[in-house]
Amino acid sequence: MAIPSSISDPFASKSLPLSSSSYNPSRISVPAQITAKIEQTHLTALRRSQCSSLKASMGSPGFTQQLNNSKLDTLAEVKDGRDDIFNDLKDRFLSFKKNVYMENPEQFESLAKVQTPKFMVIACVDSRVCPSNILGFQPGDAFTIRNVANLVPTFESGPSETNAALEFAVNTLLVENILVVGHSCCGGIRALMGMQDDGSTSFIKSWVIHGKNAKVKTKVFASNLDFDHQCTHCEKESINHSLVNLLSYPWIKEKVENEELSIHGGYYDFVNCSFEKWTLDYRGTKLEENGRIVTKNKVFWS
Amino acid sequence: MANQSSELAIEQLKKLLREKEELNGVATAKIEQLIVELQGCHPNPIEPADQRIIDGFTYFKLNNFNKNPELYDRLAKGQSPKFMVFACSDSRVSPSVILNFQPGEAFMVRNIANMVPPFNQLRYSGVGATLEYAITALKVENILVIGHSRCGGISRLMNHPEDGSAPYDFIDDWVKIGLSSKVKVLKEHERCDFKEQCKFCEMESVNNSLVNLKTYPYVDREIRNKNLALLGGYYDFVSGEFKLWKYKNHVTEPVTIPLKGLDMTI
Repeated sequence: MAIPSSISDPFASKSLPLSSSSYNPSRISVPAQITAKIEQTHLTALRRSQCSSLKASMGSPGFTQQLNNSKLDTLAEVKDGRDDIFNDLKDRFLSFKKNVYMENPEQFESLAKVQTPKFMVIACVDSRVCPSNILGFQPGDAFTIRNVANLVPTFESGPSETNAALEFAVNTLLVENILVVGHSCCGGIRALMGMQDDGSTSFIKSWVIHGKNAKVKTKVFASNLDFDHQCTHCEKESINHSLVNLLSYPWIKEKVENEELSIHGGYYDFVNCSFEKWTLDYRGTKLEENGRIVTKNKVFWS
Repeated sequence: MANQSSELAIEQLKKLLREKEELNGVATAKIEQLIVELQGCHPNPIEPADQRIIDGFTYFKLNNFNKNPELYDRLAKGQSPKFMVFACSDSRVSPSVILNFQPGEAFMVRNIANMVPPFNQLRYSGVGATLEYAITALKVENILVIGHSRCGGISRLMNHPEDGSAPYDFIDDWVKIGLSSKVKVLKEHERCDFKEQCKFCEMESVNNSLVNLKTYPYVDREIRNKNLALLGGYYDFVSGEFKLWKYKNHVTEPVTIPLKGLDMTI
């Protein structure tokens, strides 16, 4: 009869301050490998619950090291085999801090007060297609939502994280552009295309069903292609359907009509490294069930 | 002269696309290609938004993709990221930027206030789908939830409905996932001002998400099998700091209450 207990003590860990007041770029040389003396401490906490005791082990503040004129505190290694992960993340952040954050103090100071991104980007969760990497979005550029297969559910489908983000971006941040970015070899689209009506349920099925109109259209127009090529067709078809679904939101439709907001689709092919982009031509697009979507300014870069 | 006639042609072709719905895929594609070519004859001035994207993509292609052919060859065949990251949609906190994740390294979910709702098969299929895929198909080893300073979503959670403002269509429904963090913070830090309370809630909400992660059966299973670790993070872009912690869960050995040798009459 085990009594499960869990602890989470968020404030026991030490943060990684690099105080900007002592930073002097002309005299600092931070070595690539930050070697550190490691101290480990374990915290033991006794809970007032019946017959249970628990141990908490947390990364503790390691040490302070003088480095020319700056002070660096680093996270001590946590003893239980995940040391490398903590160190990895530590190095990643320090590299950002040194090469980006400290190089652009005014920009980050103004961003800290408020964000005014021009773009909202809807992209896939796929690790290969981060918009910051492939399209070079810098901090402050793009309010980003990432979900499986970069789908936009309709207004009528009810609350979800995607439309909460849309509401915030369009009505509060007042973005000027919404860009839906699809990509090659999308697992979510593949799952949609391969889905059977066999009564089985899964989260993936319940989610990708939002793209079912694209699947229907693909089966009609690309039935002569093999499965892989059908998936490619569906990846692009689904982007267009997401664009149409965006217009099902009254506050989006209104802004598009008033030309305060533009809606764009993009397709990143990481096999050939190419990027296609197009803009929804609102005046030309029909909005019924199987209406044709008309695009303008279509470009292709490779 | 040529401009006018090709513009006219473009208009007619677009009209054809709109009105002739029975056109098959091949014909449609050809017509669209024609339109693009005609537009190319006298290219419209490039919109600033488009230029931004062209520049970004070109930089990536020349400085990253073309310089790492083996990596991108491998990635084209499949992905095997070690990390799954939940981060906020805020434009200032992209984990690829602040933690330098390169393509292929992190399966990344971004939503308002970086929330993970508890396991619920009737709702939240979006997040459920990402976890299902990440754990069962990709077998990620670490899930990292990153909160951040000045989070608009958390601020809304803390403000509403006490501020009497009109409800949003969708935002309020989403951020109430973090309601238990709000309750906890208001209780433990009631003397703090609103800004400080928000900051505590930003971090407490990360913990709430970590706890919610464990309600997904496949997450729980992989943690028990020691294949998966849950990590919390907090990016403070005001002070330029990053906090990192681990979620640990410990089940103690059972203690047997002896039946013999005790006076059971009370």
